Amino acid sequence: MAAVLFFIGGIGTIAGAIGVVTLRDPFLTVLSLVVHLLFLAVLFLLLRAEFLAAAQVVVYAGAVMVLYIFVVAYVGEEVTLGSDTRAPLGASLRLASTVFGALLLIELFIALLGTGLRGIDTKGSPYIPGFGTPGFIGNLLLTRFLLAFEIASFLLLIAAVGAVVLARRRGGIAEEAEEELVLAQRRRPLGTGTTAEAVSTLAFAAAHQRHDHGTVEAQPPPPVDGPGDPVDEEPSPTGGGW
Amino acid sequence: MNIGWYLAVSAIIFTLGAVGVMTRRNPLVVLLCLEMMLNGGNLALIAFSRMLGNGDGQIFAIIVITVAACEVCIGLGMVVAIFRRSLPIDVDELTELQG
Repeated sequence: MAAVLFFIGGIGTIAGAIGVVTLRDPFLTVLSLVVHLLFLAVLFLLLRAEFLAAAQVVVYAGAVMVLYIFVVAYVGEEVTLGSDTRAPLGASLRLASTVFGALLLIELFIALLGTGLRGIDTKGSPYIPGFGTPGFIGNLLLTRFLLAFEIASFLLLIAAVGAVVLARRRGGIAEEAEEELVLAQRRRPLGTGTTAEAVSTLAFAAAHQRHDHGTVEAQPPPPVDGPGDPVDEEPSPTGGGW
Repeated sequence: MNIGWYLAVSAIIFTLGAVGVMTRRNPLVVLLCLEMMLNGGNLALIAFSRMLGNGDGQIFAIIVITVAACEVCIGLGMVVAIFRRSLPIDVDELTELQG
């Protein structure tokens, strides 16, 4: 039974990997990697890494692949599809890298077959009850590997902040609005000082945003209860905060 | 099955990932192939952990999964940034860092 499951898992894993390398469509590539990960989880289960199999399915096949799908959908299929078809000097380089990969595989198998490890030809050490369960993993993570655990959490924080900084929209809507607010505050000398006039400046800024630029700029700043009336409800939440 | 079979599968996955990293030109697919290489390493770690009856390999694999998630995060952020600047999404044409 274990042998059957191993061959199902192994063949599925390798087929998924071949699909990732050869398929042209990025969507199909990502789905192929999902298949690869699911079959790999079967192999993990056979090796009694239960928690890792679950984490693999939930974290990789769930979260990370959804992220990939979102980015593929955002970037657009025609962009990503078109880039792989044209080949300036691709053929010879592709052949060279395939030869390099074959050499790597041969080297790995030489290392595998010529190893002095006697445990490789066994089914592994006798099963300890509880091996690979969440309790076992958690116990190890919070005692012997506490430092690695903390560093990994910090690394995740850094990566999240880095991704936000990298993918931020520069010169977008938010910064334009901020700039306009600064321009509105520069008109402050028209009515300086009191709270009422500050509110009227806000009302003027709101009217400035709402109306056409040329007509509003020509007028003097509106008094507190003059043309500011239709926009009264807009500055009131910020005015209350002041 | 013997542990050696798992190691053979892990070697094949690693090699396929390496070939994918070298041949594909779409950075998204390059990232996916990097994930596959890390998965090959994970499978070997877990196989050795089973062979020795020791949980350390599984902890190592969890840390590798974490690092892979970080790498995906940064990589996809870079792909989105490349797309926003309307540069070509092709690792052969993004040669501005060339010396």
